[in-house]
Amino acid sequence: MIKKGLLYAKSHEWLNVDGKTATVGISDHAQDNLGDVVFIELPQVGQTIKKGESFGAVESVKAASDMYLPISGKILEVNSALENTPELLNSDPYGSWIVKLEILDEKELDSLLKDSEYKEED
Amino acid sequence: MHKYLPHTQNDINEMLEKIQASSIDDLFCSIPEALRLKKDYHVPSQLGDWELTKHMQELANQNKELLIFRGAGSYDHYTPSAVKALVSRQEFLTSYTPYQPEVAQGTLQYIFEYQSMVCELTGMDVSNASMYDGATSTAEAMFMAYAQTKKSDILVSSTMNPKIIDVIKTYARYRNINVILIPSIDGVTDQAFIKENIKDKMGVIVSNPNYFGIIEDYQNLGEIIHQEDALFILNQEGQSLALLKTPGELDADIACGDLQALGVPLSFGGAYIGYLATKQKLVRKMPGRICGITTDVDGKRAFVLTLQAREQHIRRAKANSNICSNQSLNALFVTIYLSLVGKNGFKLFASESLNGAHYLYKNLLETKKFEIVYNQPFFKEFVLKASFDVKAFDTYLIDHGILGPLHIGDNNLLFAVTEKRTQEEIDLLVEMVVNFK
Repeated sequence: MIKKGLLYAKSHEWLNVDGKTATVGISDHAQDNLGDVVFIELPQVGQTIKKGESFGAVESVKAASDMYLPISGKILEVNSALENTPELLNSDPYGSWIVKLEILDEKELDSLLKDSEYKEED
Repeated sequence: MHKYLPHTQNDINEMLEKIQASSIDDLFCSIPEALRLKKDYHVPSQLGDWELTKHMQELANQNKELLIFRGAGSYDHYTPSAVKALVSRQEFLTSYTPYQPEVAQGTLQYIFEYQSMVCELTGMDVSNASMYDGATSTAEAMFMAYAQTKKSDILVSSTMNPKIIDVIKTYARYRNINVILIPSIDGVTDQAFIKENIKDKMGVIVSNPNYFGIIEDYQNLGEIIHQEDALFILNQEGQSLALLKTPGELDADIACGDLQALGVPLSFGGAYIGYLATKQKLVRKMPGRICGITTDVDGKRAFVLTLQAREQHIRRAKANSNICSNQSLNALFVTIYLSLVGKNGFKLFASESLNGAHYLYKNLLETKKFEIVYNQPFFKEFVLKASFDVKAFDTYLIDHGILGPLHIGDNNLLFAVTEKRTQEEIDLLVEMVVNFK
């Protein structure tokens, strides 16, 4: 399932942009491929992460994968509810945001995919 | 190219060039010149069965069994005969790799038992299924602190065994970790230094007992370290876990050390067994294998490897550690040893080591040939400064069938006593000292 109105990265993260802030999560396709998520490693608030760098890792019963930030940003907030209930990423991937960040370079948004362009492929 | 030797001379040259070594001999430069064999091995090309047995017997006869008073990391402890017999059972030697739990339930069960015992001994929540030795487990603990805090500096006590410090430094070098040595005062870690320097460090590594056998007081150290969100890593020798405060009681975040003293025989410096245990919150930063207990679809008890996704065979380059093996057979030694000696035996042997060491200490001082170096509480090892030629003393003892104390510089000698040393043997050593001219 692809939610309308969001921006997507080829590496299967979604972004919801609101002014200078972006909320980031992983797509339904990503959670489906991972299988049962058992753990999530979150970044520290205040950390600056460059485009393409890892901002944490998500671990399922069969794999552990890094999550990549498709744009550069400063972490404003992390969804710490996921630390105790990481399975929310499976049950509600679009409702379970992972980080909120300050967008550092708005031009980088241009490289993201619109919902109509995003393909649920590996 | 010989079929069993995959490297051509070109391959070898290329490898040497890459690491900037001029010859194969350069790879052994850390071994003192005097200890290197300069002549040919003279290995005969072939011998018949009987001839070979005879030859090996003759070689074995040249060995001289010494009475050991030397520790510094490897100890001559008692191992019940049953341990060796049980460890040699073919089921243990042939079990399939536990990645396929359905065919390796026995292996997985003893690994689970081993982990449970380590948790009980250390007061920690989780243990992995063993490491190569105490030095590497300590270096792996440093990697855990690095992964957890993302900081690059670590404080390491200079009262630790220098060989462990060497291994820590070697590991640190390849992750650009900066090792800062904590000075010592009167043989113990300078805790004021830790207090002043803990800011922005990933953690602190100390040992108990330390290299000099001294039992250090780490009662309030955890608090100092945790105030700066750093990790408290405590290296503690296996047998001392019976008597001293556990790493858990001292609020350590990671416990590590060597368990050779618990049933693993002395064998030319290894293979030994390192333990690594931690609190639940750090479980995903822990390297190596962890075995868990669960139930299968029919509700039957089952053992499985767990938390594998964080491990190198899945995370590969991104894993916290790339260690993939463990000392499973040596973990089995420890598991069987602890099962056989039980809680009381474990404590009894540790007390015997402690009492024997204190008895020797007192009697050596009475010979008036030694001075006290550190006036500190100690476990089974201690340092005394000799008033005589320590090199000649070492040879003299070997000639009389004793492997004496380790010379650690400045005429200081490091003695060790285990539960295996009887009063007669200790008295014999004292007598040898008295008679030494």
